[in-house]
Amino acid sequence: MKKWKKVIPAVLMACTLAGCGMAEKDDSVYRVSMVAGTGGINDQSFNQLSWEGLQSFGEHTGADVRVLESKQASDYLTNIDRATDTYSDLVWALGYSLADSMLTIAKMNPDINFAIVDYAFDESPHNCTGVVFRAQESSFLVGYIAGLTTKTDKVGYVGPMKSFLNDQFQYGYMGGVAYAAHVRGCEIEVQSQFTESYSDAAKAKAISNKMYSNGCDIIFHSAGGAGYGVIESAKENGKLVIGVDTDQSHLAPDNVLTSGMKNTNIAVELVSTMAMNGEEIGGNTYSYGLKEGCVGIPEENKIMDPAVYDKAMELQQMIIDEELTPPLSEETYQAFVEGLGK
Amino acid sequence: MEVRKDYAVQMHDITIKFGSYTALDQVQLDVKKGSIHAVLGENGAGKTTLMNILYGLYQADGGDIYLYGEKVEMKNPNVAIAHGIGMVHQHFMLVDNFTVTQNIILGHETTKAGGVVDLKKAREEVMGIVKKYGLEVDPDAYISDISVGMQQRVEILKALYRGVDILILDEPTAVLTPQEIGDLIDIMHKLVEDGKTIIIITHKLKEIKASADYCTIIRRGKYIDTVEVAGVTQEELADMMVGHRVKLVVDKQEAKPGDVVFEVNGLTAKDNRGVYVLKNLSMQVRRGEIFGIAGIDGNGQKELVEAITNLIKVESGTIRIGGNNIENRTTRETMDAGIATIHEDRQKRGLVLDFSVEDNAVLDTYMKEPFSQKSILNRKEIRKFASSLLKDYDVRPDSCEELAIRGLSGGNQQKVIIGREIANNPDLLIAVQPTRGLDVGAIEYVHKMLVRERDKGKAVLLISLELDEVMNVSDTIGVIYDGAIRCTFQQGEVDEKTIGLIMAGGTLDGKNS
Amino acid sequence: MEKTVKFLKKPITATLIAIFCGFLVATVILAASGYNPFEAFGALLGGIFGRPKYISNVIIKSTPIILTGVSVAFAYKMGLFNIGAEGQFIVGAVAANVVGIVCDFPAIIEVPLVLLVGAAAGAVYGGIAGWLKAKYNINEVIVGIMLNWIALYFSNFVCNIERFHKPDSDGTYAINESGFISFFTTWKTTEAAADFVQEHPVIGDILRTDANAGILIAIALTFAVSFLLYKTTKGYELRAVGSNRDAAEFAGINVARNMVQTMLIAGALSGIAAAIAIAGNNPHGISQLSAFESNGLNGLSVAFIAGGSPIGCIFAGLLFGGLLYGGQSIQYVVGAPSEIISILIGTIVFLIALKDMVPVLIDKMGKRGVK
Repeated sequence: MKKWKKVIPAVLMACTLAGCGMAEKDDSVYRVSMVAGTGGINDQSFNQLSWEGLQSFGEHTGADVRVLESKQASDYLTNIDRATDTYSDLVWALGYSLADSMLTIAKMNPDINFAIVDYAFDESPHNCTGVVFRAQESSFLVGYIAGLTTKTDKVGYVGPMKSFLNDQFQYGYMGGVAYAAHVRGCEIEVQSQFTESYSDAAKAKAISNKMYSNGCDIIFHSAGGAGYGVIESAKENGKLVIGVDTDQSHLAPDNVLTSGMKNTNIAVELVSTMAMNGEEIGGNTYSYGLKEGCVGIPEENKIMDPAVYDKAMELQQMIIDEELTPPLSEETYQAFVEGLGK
Repeated sequence: MEVRKDYAVQMHDITIKFGSYTALDQVQLDVKKGSIHAVLGENGAGKTTLMNILYGLYQADGGDIYLYGEKVEMKNPNVAIAHGIGMVHQHFMLVDNFTVTQNIILGHETTKAGGVVDLKKAREEVMGIVKKYGLEVDPDAYISDISVGMQQRVEILKALYRGVDILILDEPTAVLTPQEIGDLIDIMHKLVEDGKTIIIITHKLKEIKASADYCTIIRRGKYIDTVEVAGVTQEELADMMVGHRVKLVVDKQEAKPGDVVFEVNGLTAKDNRGVYVLKNLSMQVRRGEIFGIAGIDGNGQKELVEAITNLIKVESGTIRIGGNNIENRTTRETMDAGIATIHEDRQKRGLVLDFSVEDNAVLDTYMKEPFSQKSILNRKEIRKFASSLLKDYDVRPDSCEELAIRGLSGGNQQKVIIGREIANNPDLLIAVQPTRGLDVGAIEYVHKMLVRERDKGKAVLLISLELDEVMNVSDTIGVIYDGAIRCTFQQGEVDEKTIGLIMAGGTLDGKNS
Repeated sequence: MEKTVKFLKKPITATLIAIFCGFLVATVILAASGYNPFEAFGALLGGIFGRPKYISNVIIKSTPIILTGVSVAFAYKMGLFNIGAEGQFIVGAVAANVVGIVCDFPAIIEVPLVLLVGAAAGAVYGGIAGWLKAKYNINEVIVGIMLNWIALYFSNFVCNIERFHKPDSDGTYAINESGFISFFTTWKTTEAAADFVQEHPVIGDILRTDANAGILIAIALTFAVSFLLYKTTKGYELRAVGSNRDAAEFAGINVARNMVQTMLIAGALSGIAAAIAIAGNNPHGISQLSAFESNGLNGLSVAFIAGGSPIGCIFAGLLFGGLLYGGQSIQYVVGAPSEIISILIGTIVFLIALKDMVPVLIDKMGKRGVK
């Protein structure tokens, strides 16, 4: 028994030293760390896609990339802090919920670059970079497609909850539908409802069932994991659905009309490359949209009318050329609709 | 007796041991085909053990079992069931939220194609049996909604549905009303007419006389005799059941009873199944006397204690100690009124086995000074008290204050309880089965303690299933039967035979009842 | 041999063996999936002890689960399985957060107010389960699970009320700073502090974390609970009811009342755990929950590992917090999936649940040894 008393501290010491070994500074390697949100890096969505982007960046450039998952909101601060301990050159934070924590740590580490997805700084510190997506552009596009495809002239929208970020999806989509109605010279009704959760698939399904029975034949969702309920409902009702974030057609090949993709992986890789190449990215907020290929619809849309796809591509070019600006909030939407009326 | 084909069951020289304790010692049982055969004996005589061996629940250490002249190895109940033996246990094995039919067919479901239970067909079959034997019962009622008597019929039907030839009934009348007992006896006769054989375990002489053809008597694991019921009287049966005992001498002086300190009047209460178990019970205990209650288990002793200690509700009647009514109060109020109880189930009700000996010593006084002040336990005082208790009552092992009481022997555990209860300085000390499971030395000690309390002028109420104990220790003896005290005697006034007869439901002409 | 058997029979031994076996299982899984287990455990230990601030973070993250562990252990002494600790924690957090936002008193009032309101909310929530159990004998586990879900949705509801919802986030506002129990909250951001940190790297490192008084409160409460259990008549009653309800009833102890009181106290402990988390660490508010954060559920594991002893919960909680926090390093450094730490913890808890088998096995071993 006495032996144990000597052995345990010895083992502890050895491991501690081994553990510390990881944090030696090595200038020859570019280090990027990523702190994921509570969804985890297997969320089949935002976090996973972003991490894939960073991994791809690592493969292309030979940079050292790592990830830390957050289990709860109080992990954000400690995880971002830990990421700075390994002499990272760039630290990514995934999601606007991490913004406050990132700012706190960024203040303490002026020499490290920080970047955050889905967050725009009012006044960005010199070592912080925001990356936002013009999700309204892809939403506008899928809204336009929905407006051209609907037979009942009624379409649905299922969102997670009201937020400035989600407004881009909702009003972008509604703007697209309105634009299609304008082109077709008819009225198209949009029914909107919220799940109040990113995970409550059952509620999303109930909402969608209701919408389909109300006469909607296409629903667009931006409810993350809860959105699976919408897709399932479409499958069971034999109706159409529009996916979000990634190409969700594999979930229901006969029902997913298209998807409003948000390619965070491209954005992450883009910004990481810029930073590695020594570009001064701090203090900026980058806004990525159709033009940069960071949002959009898949190239292959099995069940979409090719004519509609062609029209959508025309519209996409108009947006890229800035001939048309999709609405991103209630006010801009109102203005957009009034503009159409004139 | 030789092995014969016209005997349904023959059990020869059955011996079984549990550890070092011999529960049955070369017991014989020969049951003629088509008869009703009673097995009579006191509590713990080994009746149920014998039946459990026949049913394959226990394996005998010695002896043979023959069914219709063929030797059978009763390895497990399945063998017994395959040989057409059915058993209705004292505690029914029914699923409360199933219907009567569902319960009856449980385990032997008639199925349609695809494994679907054919309830309709099953119901018809059940109704067929019901009609045949006059076992009136609603096949669609839920078990939870029907009376205990009906539940017993369902148990019998269950056995008949499986096609039994030999039916064992373990204390079938214990839970029944007199009317239901009459019905049961009728049903038993009908079954026998149909060629079935019935073995009935009981200690009620009246029912044996009313129903059985033969009776085998077992006393303390030993075979006494098998008699033809028609040829013996209830008194003779009682005598054989109780036997001539070796007297346990209790060293005590003549009692000097004082005034009545504890009084029960017209006490009526139900048990947790909702059956009336105390029926207008009355009794009086005086200072300086030991009042012993003799009786066979299940005649209301348990509920009497529970009613006094306020664990069950009293429907009507009064319980008074020192002139104060205590019925339907809290347990603590009972204790504060001056009643201390040594419960029959030491380990369940008397002790917290995981607690230390000293903690158990203050189980009902921990909240009083000096064991606690302002809700903080005073460990020093508890230790002081426990140590002196352990010394006074000679609890072994020495200095076991901090040991978990689980580790003590039964006798030493009981000493702690007795010491604790006596330390409360009660007006009435209730001792229920205080010597159960104890060795001779410990028994003697416990009895001495009860006498000592009596001599201090306390009232002592002794409730025991051991007739010897009641006869020898008590100054006054009350016999309980069917929820009431039937007769009261002074010690030495009557013999065991008489008391045994009353315990078994007999009457004593011209005396009390 | 005899000596070994005696040593092996101690309860702590079974716990240590379980922990060791947990690591063994994790080693096998790591090796099977192509990671170097020693490197991984090195990273784990490095993530716990590598820097002063890591140790500080482990303590911070252990604080709430120590208390929920004590909550569970306390109820368990009474024979109740407080799976509702999760819900009690959530309502405690909501209450502490709301009060901390609405009220802005000086710290001397604000801090106790936030903590007590959190405790009160948890107590009420636990009390519901206790009352239902005592009065109607409704299983506290089922009630607890249902109340957990109600708490989760209630928390999300409060989170979205405009008065509390912090714009452009998925959480609420932080409570007023006067309610913080972090050390040197305001001083930390000053120039003087920056200079001080330069000179005292170890303390500076710790100050970078949310080092707060929570752990002191937790330890104090744990000892208070231990005192209550073993030194007072109330604790005597609770333990008596927990070990043998029938005997307690027969000794005149009011079983139903003790049940409600136990759950009130257990709930208060979970509630104050939440309040400490709100007052002590970033983000000092609640967030939209899509799943349980497991502060209460981890308390079950902690109580288990501690063998139901409140004092043991301090150590078990630190172990648990260390594994949770340090475990992230395994993913970060070695790249192994973060689930490995869940498997490790799961195995330990599973084996501890089986630990009653250990003495039996050892008995057999002892017999064989004698032969």
